[in-house]
Amino acid sequence: MAGLVREAAVEALADANMTWDDIDAVVVGKAPDMFEGIAMPELYLADALGAVGKPMMRVHTAGSVGGSTAIVATKLVTSGVHERVLTVAFEKQSESNATWGLSVSQPFNAALASGAGGYFAPIIRSYIERSGAPRNTGHIVAVKDRKNALRNPRAHLHIPDISLEMVEASPLLWDPIRYLDTCPSSDGAMALVIGSEAVADASKGPVAWVHGMAMRSEPTMFAHRDAVNPIAGRECAKDLYAQAGISDPRKDFDAAEVYVPFSWYEPMWLENLGFCAEGDGWKLTQEGVTAADGDIPWNPSGGVLSSNPIGASGMIRFGEAAQQVRGRGGDYQVELKTGRALGHAYGGGSQFFSMWVVGSQKPQN
Amino acid sequence: MRNVGVISYATSAVARDVVHNEIEIIVPVLGEAIERSTIPKADIGFVCSGSLDYLFGGPFAFVAGVDAVGAVPPIRESHVEMDGAWALYEAWCYIQTGEVDSALIYGFSKGSSGDPLELLTVQTDPYYTVPLWPSMSDMAALQARAFMHRTGATERDLAEVAARAQRNGMSIDYAVRADANANADALLSGSPLVSDPLRESDIFPVSDGATVIVIAADDVARKHCARPAWIRGFDHRIDPMGFGVRDLSRVASATKAAQKANVSAGSLDIAELHAQFSHEELMLVEALGIDPTKTSVNPSGGPLAANVLMGAGLNRIGEVANAITAGGANRGVAHVSSGPCLQQNLVCVLEGE
Amino acid sequence: MAEPMIADHIVEYPGGYTRSIGPAISRYLTGLRDGRILGVKSKTAGVLVPPVEYDPNTSEEIGGSDDDWVEVGPAGTVESFTWVRRPRAEKQPFSQPFAFALIKPDGADTAMLHAVVVSSPDDLSIGMRVMPHWKVARSGSVRDIEAWVPLPSGVTPPAAPPRTVNADGEGAVTGLIQPIKLHYTISAGVATTRYLDGMAQGKIAGGRAPGSTEVYAASRGTDPKTGEPTSIDVDIADTGCITTFCVVNIPGLSALAPPVPFVSAHVLLDGADNTIMALIRGCEAHEVRMGMRVKAKWAEKLTRTHHSLEWFEPTGEPDAPYDDYKDNL
Repeated sequence: MAGLVREAAVEALADANMTWDDIDAVVVGKAPDMFEGIAMPELYLADALGAVGKPMMRVHTAGSVGGSTAIVATKLVTSGVHERVLTVAFEKQSESNATWGLSVSQPFNAALASGAGGYFAPIIRSYIERSGAPRNTGHIVAVKDRKNALRNPRAHLHIPDISLEMVEASPLLWDPIRYLDTCPSSDGAMALVIGSEAVADASKGPVAWVHGMAMRSEPTMFAHRDAVNPIAGRECAKDLYAQAGISDPRKDFDAAEVYVPFSWYEPMWLENLGFCAEGDGWKLTQEGVTAADGDIPWNPSGGVLSSNPIGASGMIRFGEAAQQVRGRGGDYQVELKTGRALGHAYGGGSQFFSMWVVGSQKPQN
Repeated sequence: MRNVGVISYATSAVARDVVHNEIEIIVPVLGEAIERSTIPKADIGFVCSGSLDYLFGGPFAFVAGVDAVGAVPPIRESHVEMDGAWALYEAWCYIQTGEVDSALIYGFSKGSSGDPLELLTVQTDPYYTVPLWPSMSDMAALQARAFMHRTGATERDLAEVAARAQRNGMSIDYAVRADANANADALLSGSPLVSDPLRESDIFPVSDGATVIVIAADDVARKHCARPAWIRGFDHRIDPMGFGVRDLSRVASATKAAQKANVSAGSLDIAELHAQFSHEELMLVEALGIDPTKTSVNPSGGPLAANVLMGAGLNRIGEVANAITAGGANRGVAHVSSGPCLQQNLVCVLEGE
Repeated sequence: MAEPMIADHIVEYPGGYTRSIGPAISRYLTGLRDGRILGVKSKTAGVLVPPVEYDPNTSEEIGGSDDDWVEVGPAGTVESFTWVRRPRAEKQPFSQPFAFALIKPDGADTAMLHAVVVSSPDDLSIGMRVMPHWKVARSGSVRDIEAWVPLPSGVTPPAAPPRTVNADGEGAVTGLIQPIKLHYTISAGVATTRYLDGMAQGKIAGGRAPGSTEVYAASRGTDPKTGEPTSIDVDIADTGCITTFCVVNIPGLSALAPPVPFVSAHVLLDGADNTIMALIRGCEAHEVRMGMRVKAKWAEKLTRTHHSLEWFEPTGEPDAPYDDYKDNL
C-alpha cells in the first residue's frame, strides 16, 4: 500500500521539481476504509508520504473524494495557509473486493439484493425513457473510452479489438447495463502538487492554473428527486462556470475528464454539466462530438471505464484535465485552443459532486 | 488572515443510546447549535463533518449526516475521516479564501456500537501490529509506562488526573462519567487495572453523541455573537506511526503544533486537552508548555468525562470557546489528537476581544 | 414507543484481506519465517526493527541494497510493557494474561511491539532481557515468534528450530492474508423501528415533517430536504406504481436475491412522495414496465423485519400515466 501511493507522490514531486522538504502539508483522499481493512490509513502512510512533522489531512466524500481532496488541498493554498501542498488519492481494491466493500449492510437497512449496478441501472432506464436515446448510445461510449485507453499506457484496461459488436455481445448484467458498459476494479493512486501563484510563476515546468472549483451535495433520496439529472450537479457546474467565465462549455473547453463509471453516464452528464440541452446528450455521443477527434473530447485518457481505483478516480479526472492543459497528454493530448479543461467527480447515489476548471494561462480575474 | 470566531456550540453524550440511530443523534444537537448561532441555516456557507466508518460498522457513515443537515437546495459540503476538529480546520481554511463567511461543523459516533478499545486497532500498522492486535488501551499503556519511566510520574499521579476529571465532569451536562467525590485513593484501590498501569478510571468512557460548532468571520461573527471566541492560532502535525521510531515518552508533533499556533505568545486561562487516557493529560501539559498552576486544565473533565469519538476533539474547541464567550476566560488552548499513542495532534488557540 | 430494536452485526471480509507487501516487509517476514530478525539501516534513526521502506524522519527510501540489511537479536531488552489482564482471545496471541512490550533487539536502535510471556506482571521490568520463542510452523508473519520470554543472565539464546516445511516453499514471502472480524451492536433508531413495527402488521409506515406536506415511505428520521424530523406518522398504501427498474441477470449477488433474471424496481407508493427500492415478482421479468401498477406481497408470517414485505407484484390495473411519476425518476 505504501509503495502504491509513494510511486505517485514521487513522480508528482519530480514533475514539480520539488523534494519532500518543499512540501508544507499533505492531503490524502480515499473511499471507504473497509476496502483495505485499515482505518484512517493515512496515519500509517505519514512517513511514506513525507508528512512527518507536517500537517496531514484525510478527506472522504464517497466516489467524488478524489476531486474533493484536490479541492481541499487547493483551498489550503488559496487560503494563504500553505504555499505547496502534496495531495494523493488512492484505492487498493485488490485487498478485498468492491462489491463486498460497498455492500456491507447494517442490520435494519433493507439490503439491496442487486449490487452497485442495480442501483444505477434503473436511473439509466429512466434516462433512456425520458430522452428517447437509442439503446446503443452507452455502447458507443464503452467503445470510445476503451479506444482512448489504448493511447494511455497507465490505463488499467487495454482491449485492442474493442468494438460495438463486442460490447453488444457482452453479458447483460443489469438490463440495460452490459458487462462492457461497466468500469473495472482497479488499484491505483494519483498525486498532485498544488502551489501558490508565486510558486507556480516560478515553476520551470508547465502549470495548470485553477480557474474555478466547486462542490455540492444533496441527500441520497428525497421527495420528487431527479436522480437522472441531479440538481446538485447542475448547481455545482453553474457555480463553477461563473467562477471560470465559461459560457458555453462545449466551446470553452478543449477537453473534459468526467466521472463515467457506467457508459450511459456520458450522455447523462453532458446534460447535467450543460454541454447541451436536457435530453440531447445522447445526440452528442452519437455524433462523435465527445470522441478524441470530436469537437469536445470527453475522457481522452480512457476515463473511469478503463481504470477505476475508486478513491483515486476523481483525482485522476482532475489530474488528467490538468495534464491536458499542461500539454502533457502524451499520445492522447488534445489540441489546445481555449487552453481550458474540465475535471469532474461524483459519488454516493449521484449526490456528491466536485469539479474544477484548469487552464494553461493564468486566470485574468 | 481573516478573523474567524466560534459563535455557537452544542453537544450531547450518553454512555449508550439504544433508541436512536446516528441521524437521530445528530439532529437535535445540530438544531440547537444552529438556533444558538442565530444564523439562518440557508445562509451558512459551508458544512463539514468528521466521522469514522469503522465506528459506524459500515461504509459511508457521513452520508447520514447529509440527511440530518437537510440538503435541498444542495449545499457546499465536505467530510474528513477524522475527528470533527479537522473538519473545523478545513472550514477555517475555506473561510480564509474569502469565498464563504460561515461554516457548520459536526462530529459524531456511537462508540457503544462496538468496543472502541478493540476496534481502533484497525488503524495501526496492518503488517506488524494488527496480527498481534494490541487494544487501544494496551498501546496507551506502553506509552504511559515510557512517560512514567522518563519523568518519574506515578500511578497516583495518573489517578489524580482521573479523579479530577470525574469531579470536573459534574460541571457539564453531557458527562458520561462524573462523580463529585472522586478521589485518587478510591480509584487506586477500587478501579480495576485493565492494561497496567492503566486502570478503568484512566481510560475514557465509551460514549454516544454528537458535537456541533458554528464559526463565522469578522462582522458576521460579531453580528451573531456578543463575544466570539476568535481563532488566533491553528496548526496540526503528525508523527510517524511506528512505536519504536518515535520517543514514545514525548509528543513531538504536539509540541511542534503548539509552537506553530503560538500557544506561548500569551497567558492561558484554560486548556482543553484531548487526553483519552490519564497520562496523556500529563504528557500534553508538558508538550504544550502549559503551567497547570496558572491554567485551568480540562475544567470540563475532558475525554475522561465524555468521549464521543470523532466529536470529542471538537468538544475541546467548543469548551474553550464556551469559557471565552461566557466571559470566564480570555485566552485558551484546545488540543485534539488522532491515531495510536497521540500520533497526530492539532492545536487551536482561542481568544476573546 | 415500542421496545428499541438492536441487533448484532459483524463486519468481516470473507477469507481475510489479501495484502501485497513491499520489499522491506517482504524481507522482514521472510526472515522471521527463516528464524531470523532483520533490521534495516537508516541515516537518521540507526537500525530500524521492524524495518520500514522510508526513513521516518526524512522519508528517504531505504533498504535498497543488501548491505543496508543486518540481522539483529535474537536477545533483546524490554523498553516498556503492559500486562493484559483480560486478553481478547479471538484476536490476541494468548487467552491467559500476558504482556505486550516494546522490545529492542540487540543491535537495533528501535523497539518493536510484541508479546512477552511470564507468569505474573511482577516478573516484568524495563530493562529486562528477553529472547524470542519461535514457532516451529512458521509462515512469514510477526506471529512466527510465539512470544518473547525472559533470558536468564549468562545464557545464549538458542537458534530458531528448523521450521516445518510446508507448501509455501522457500521463496520470499510476498503477501499475507489478514482476517479481520469486528463485532457491533446496532440500534435501528426511532424512525426505522416505527417502519419495522408497521412491517409486523403488514403496513407501510410513513413519516412527514411538520413543516412539509411531503410524505416519506421508510423515512430515515428526517425530511432530507430540511433535516426536520419526520415526527408525524402517516400510513401509506401498499399499492403503487413502478417508476423505473432494472433486470438483474447476475446470480449470487446476495443471499436475498431470487433466481435470475429478477427485477429490482423503484416503487412510488400511493400516498408517498418518494420511491422505495423493491423486488418485483409475480410476472416474467420482460413483462415489467415503467408505470406498472403493483401491490405488496406480504409474507405469511409477519415479523418486525423487512422480510415481511417480500416483493411487489402486478395488480392488473391499467398502467399509471407517465405524468403521475415523471417527477420521481
